[in-house]
Amino acid sequence: MAGSANIEEVKKHVRIYMIVFASLAFLTIVTVAIAYLHLPITWALIIALVIATIKGTLVASFFMHLVSEKKVIYSFLILTVVFLIALFILTISAFHDQAGGKLVP
Amino acid sequence: MDIPYTIKARPDTGVYNAKLGIWLFLASEVMLFGGLFSAYIFLRIGSAEWPGMINGQMYKSASEILNIPIGTFNTLVLISSSVTMVMSWASLMMKDFKKYRLYLGLTILLAFVFLIVKGFEYSEKFEHHFYPAKSTFLAIYFTLTGLHGLHVIGGIIVNAYFWGPGSKMWKTQPERFTNRIEIAGLYWHFVDIVWIFLFPTIYLL
Repeated sequence: MAGSANIEEVKKHVRIYMIVFASLAFLTIVTVAIAYLHLPITWALIIALVIATIKGTLVASFFMHLVSEKKVIYSFLILTVVFLIALFILTISAFHDQAGGKLVP
Repeated sequence: MDIPYTIKARPDTGVYNAKLGIWLFLASEVMLFGGLFSAYIFLRIGSAEWPGMINGQMYKSASEILNIPIGTFNTLVLISSSVTMVMSWASLMMKDFKKYRLYLGLTILLAFVFLIVKGFEYSEKFEHHFYPAKSTFLAIYFTLTGLHGLHVIGGIIVNAYFWGPGSKMWKTQPERFTNRIEIAGLYWHFVDIVWIFLFPTIYLL
């Protein structure tokens, strides 16, 4: 990467970084503002996670250069996401299985 | 002995070795934090009240215990540090070593600001006798934010090395050094992403 990109190209990247920065700051304020609306927990959860995912994707795509990364990195990341989802599913299903979905006071 | 593929991409993977290495490390980090996040989900869906009883008092929302404005401030600090980190790499790409040092220095400074603010938050909790052993909520809060804080400290150490003694490499092997900063940046942005998910799920929900 270091030798291939020219200075003009990097300058273009810098402009994108600034746009991403502004978007991240804006989305942070939006998340906090929505939290103060005290929406029902399901909606609050969905909105918070959607915004966090958008923010995370922005950081990963532009700051971590995932928009233009090699196939090998993508394949490792897809595998990681599969394992992460499996981990969440196992944990949540374990709750419904072992605890029978009962709440602890 | 020369370490192979520190600058050029390895033909079979298409990336230089350190980049593959850091992504594998980050994949393991995803599972580390993922395990703790799933523990958090497990504890939370199993609780009738969240955060629940602490020191004989009932708390119905995390915002009654945690300080949202301070958490928001720290989120903005960490996002800013991600920008300065990527700018330090971009500066090296543009062969501007002075700007690189400025931006990396700012990244380290912002990381310290984050930790200092977090330290104030922790001490405020301790003043109210909010310790990890006092409730499930506090246990998972301190575990997740504590582990994240350790990652911030790790980032400071690595970045401080590249700001100081490690930066000598710029004179001898500038491309290799630029790649090193890209790798350090990938780690730092990951730490930022973890916080991006931690902040709303723990403070706001």
